[in-house]
Amino acid sequence: MSNKFIGKSIKRIEDKRFTTGKGRYTDDIVLPGMTHAYMLRSPYAHARINRIDTSEAETMEGVVAIITGEEVSHYSVPCGWQVNFKNGDTMKEPPHPLLVKDKVRHVGDAVAMVIAETREQAQDAAEAIIVDYEVLPAVVNAAEAVKDGAPLVHDDVPNNICFDWEIGNPKAEVDEAMDGAHHITSLEFVNQRLSPNAMEPRSYIGHYDSVYDKYTLYTSTQNPHLIRLLMCAFVLGLPEHKVRVVGPDVGGGFGSKIYHYTEEALVTVAAKKINRPVKWTETRSEAFQTDAHGRDHVTHAEMGFDAAGKIVGLRIKTFANLGAYLSTFSTAVPTYLHGTLLQGLYTTPKIHLDMTCAFTHTTAVDAYRGAGRPEATYLLERLMDLAAHEMDMDPAELRLKNFIPPFDGVEQPGYQTNVALQYDSGNYHGVLERGLQMLGYEDFRKAQQEAAQTGKLLGVGFSTYIEACGIAPSAVVGSLGARAGLYEVGQVRVQPTGKVSVFTGAHSHGQGHETTFAQVVADRLGIPMEDVDIIHGDSDTVAFGMGTYGSRSLAVGGSAIMKSLDKIIEKGAKIAAHKLECSEEDIVFADGKFTVTGTDRSLGFGDIALTAYVPHVYPQNLEPGLDFSSFYDPKNFTYPYGCHICVVEVDKETGETKVKRFIAVDDVGTVINPMIVDGQIHGGLAQGIGQALMEGVEYDETGQLINGSYMDYTMPRADDFPMFELDRQETPCPHNPLGVKGAGEAGCIGSTPAAVNAVIDALWSGGFKVKDIKMPLTSERVWRAMN
Amino acid sequence: MIPQKVDYKRAGSVAEALSLLSANPDAKILAGGHSLIPAMKLRLNSPSLLIDIARISELRFIHEQDGGVKIGAASTHHDIVSNATIRELYPAMAEAGELIGDTQVRNVGTIGGSIAHADPSADWPAVLLALGATINVEGPAGAHDIPASEFFTGFFSTALEEGEIVTAITLPAPSAAHQSAYKKFMQPASRFAIVGCAVAIVADGGTITDAKVAFTGVSDAAFLDEAVAAALIGQPAIPETIEAAANAAAEGDIHINEDHFASQAYRKHLAKVYAKRALVEACGL
Repeated sequence: MSNKFIGKSIKRIEDKRFTTGKGRYTDDIVLPGMTHAYMLRSPYAHARINRIDTSEAETMEGVVAIITGEEVSHYSVPCGWQVNFKNGDTMKEPPHPLLVKDKVRHVGDAVAMVIAETREQAQDAAEAIIVDYEVLPAVVNAAEAVKDGAPLVHDDVPNNICFDWEIGNPKAEVDEAMDGAHHITSLEFVNQRLSPNAMEPRSYIGHYDSVYDKYTLYTSTQNPHLIRLLMCAFVLGLPEHKVRVVGPDVGGGFGSKIYHYTEEALVTVAAKKINRPVKWTETRSEAFQTDAHGRDHVTHAEMGFDAAGKIVGLRIKTFANLGAYLSTFSTAVPTYLHGTLLQGLYTTPKIHLDMTCAFTHTTAVDAYRGAGRPEATYLLERLMDLAAHEMDMDPAELRLKNFIPPFDGVEQPGYQTNVALQYDSGNYHGVLERGLQMLGYEDFRKAQQEAAQTGKLLGVGFSTYIEACGIAPSAVVGSLGARAGLYEVGQVRVQPTGKVSVFTGAHSHGQGHETTFAQVVADRLGIPMEDVDIIHGDSDTVAFGMGTYGSRSLAVGGSAIMKSLDKIIEKGAKIAAHKLECSEEDIVFADGKFTVTGTDRSLGFGDIALTAYVPHVYPQNLEPGLDFSSFYDPKNFTYPYGCHICVVEVDKETGETKVKRFIAVDDVGTVINPMIVDGQIHGGLAQGIGQALMEGVEYDETGQLINGSYMDYTMPRADDFPMFELDRQETPCPHNPLGVKGAGEAGCIGSTPAAVNAVIDALWSGGFKVKDIKMPLTSERVWRAMN
Repeated sequence: MIPQKVDYKRAGSVAEALSLLSANPDAKILAGGHSLIPAMKLRLNSPSLLIDIARISELRFIHEQDGGVKIGAASTHHDIVSNATIRELYPAMAEAGELIGDTQVRNVGTIGGSIAHADPSADWPAVLLALGATINVEGPAGAHDIPASEFFTGFFSTALEEGEIVTAITLPAPSAAHQSAYKKFMQPASRFAIVGCAVAIVADGGTITDAKVAFTGVSDAAFLDEAVAAALIGQPAIPETIEAAANAAAEGDIHINEDHFASQAYRKHLAKVYAKRALVEACGL
């Protein structure tokens, strides 16, 4: 493998079209005869529908069709992951209709789809539909929802409990460890609900070709093949070979575009019904109401320490809010993506999580950047800093004392946690020590003491996190209830002229795959990057794929491409050996040349490609062509980790918090494109600090969404942050060919508790010994904590 | 986010705009559109006709007049903050204008549109109140002037009569010892004011001889806080005076806004803090 491109900050190939407004998103696509759909949605969180009258709307100008719940009542959207109750019973999985006909269960629940010649006409007609709602009481908080007498979201789900679940050591062992603890730090907190806010709203076009009896769905998705599988096999019962799903340029997802949404199935059904294409693009208001939200845990956590500050036990009770319906991976997020990370970077000997997942009259909750792992990190890292305050210890020293010792996963074995995972490799002390050095820790503490005498308090917050990504070994997730495998597919097609088309099942919606993957391919084959084209997002072009989420694209998708590249080179060597009249074992491939070892006789990659397609002088029994496809199923998750340090300044008079510095030292394994990795970290930090200080979906007690617009929901902006100070430690992943671990979620997973801890630290420095401030830490909340 | 069907006409003169408005009672005047268009997209406002006055040249000017400045209603926020005379005479205008929206908003949004819309959290109303501005208005009955102190009458409401439009804003000539300042605590999502405080003081030989203190964001309309002004006038321009005067802010019989960013108690507290900060700056302390 040459290293002409790998490790270099190559400018992103895709940015030329994105920055010049030439990206081709679903809403940009215009098909002949295309109609436009508008969804009529419930303004109530919980209401019985007594009557829907579409008669006036049907007569309105431009209206082509109106679909209500009755017409599509035989379809239901499934959940992709089955989790069982502690007692072994299967989770409750109530129907998830495409359109509601009896009862709406959250603000934004759809009751009708209006299709018209224009989008405006569709909305005008939708406003003329009369829906007679009988408003019912609602419940929006998971801990409240499970109480006796709470309003039921689904009549046949008692106490709104989808399932209860536990992980870790036996509860009795943890209780015993906690009983023997010298000090217990205890914290009740909410990890609040977030709206994903992808820049591109969801957009779908359904198309049906009656000549070929073939459907095409254009969709703003992170995983076109998965949508095809779910929609065909589990919702509409369509034959997969008659359905093409295209995910063209997609403007961000952050998890929210993994899931199969009802509108995807509806535009598909509607296109056949009216025999014309149907486009639906949501408004930003709809995005707030219907794109799956993230987080929303209500937690009581306790961490026990011995007199020396060593952790002896961790005991947690959490209520996770799933919203009104199960989204595709709703059930996996609070369980297998959260409970399994509660070891953190520490040697905690006894851990127990008791989890209850509940339905509420709110938008579905599913994976959002980090998905479960930020919740685990938040819990651990808030406890660590708070414990340090309570025990009057230094938060950095407390961590160093409890870290798992360094291991490379090769000489030293992986680290087996108490919560099912085996970490691959890491040097956790290294990232914290580097972070402290970048901070100038001693000087900071001096400055903090001086600031405490003024109107501005300074605080520092730490977070040392680990995540499991590169999702995921199929056999492992299968045994845990996943209803799909989580391998990836990579096909490398060498054209006769030596140019290379790479087909990947991963999907780029901002990650820069077209650049990073091309760097890998060009270096492996010793060819220029311009000779490589990365193709993704079309189920008719790419053989198969599971898509992009869980920081998996390079670790899993890149590994699949590497497997195919190996096959290309192996076959190339056979062809070269034949042409150079030597044995295959004597051929070495390097820098784009097949060379007879120890000689200067060689053939270029292009010569071999041409020979493969013009096989006149060619080995017997070898097929012509140079085109290989591979499935790669990872052996383990990958385990990026790092240290995030936040410095804030708090205005004592107003509670206003400014982030003064943010240091992030991350180990994401081998780095292919440092600029892209930095970009991923920056974006993740903005979202993670955004959760700490700015963002949060708020419902009132009737289930009304009270901040469903950018006038009310605080999105982080560039000027909210200082320049981020980044550094890296590279411990290659020992179990994939590139040594990569994944970088998409790290920033978002590590940063939230660092920012909150920093504000709490600032307050302690001013003599305000508060345990918690509810996220987001608005100025008023911080002010109240001091008054 | 799809507006209802609407007609559009671009008026070439104030007279044409007024005549279109009288012929179409449910028409709306469009200038920068930064308040009206979002409301239309949410279908909170569905006029039958938009009368665009943004390109009427007689409405877009800034010139000195009697030692003060007259600003055409269609002047953009950027026109105002980039005007050297305004920056010199009325620092509060520049401070407030620079805190409106972002560059794109400031390049298109207009001062006339902002005050006619009368958002209770908009920045200009507080500044115009503190500076003692006059709003120049034209309507079917001709042109007349309304003092800023009588213009902002309530929640999104003004003293404009049916068929009238704002044509200009006149800022009076400041006295020699005049100073002004605007301080804003932003709502973090919209960046409108949770509390915006504009102050204009005249400090003659160390004594405050005149003061106006106005708030936006605090109540259902921008208002002059007479109690704060009263506590300043006749007093020395020293921190103790300011502290005492600021503590009088947002008291008395006024409605205080609340939302999920700021409760009434917190807003009231911020009003005092921001009055203090604006006064400290204006007094050069």
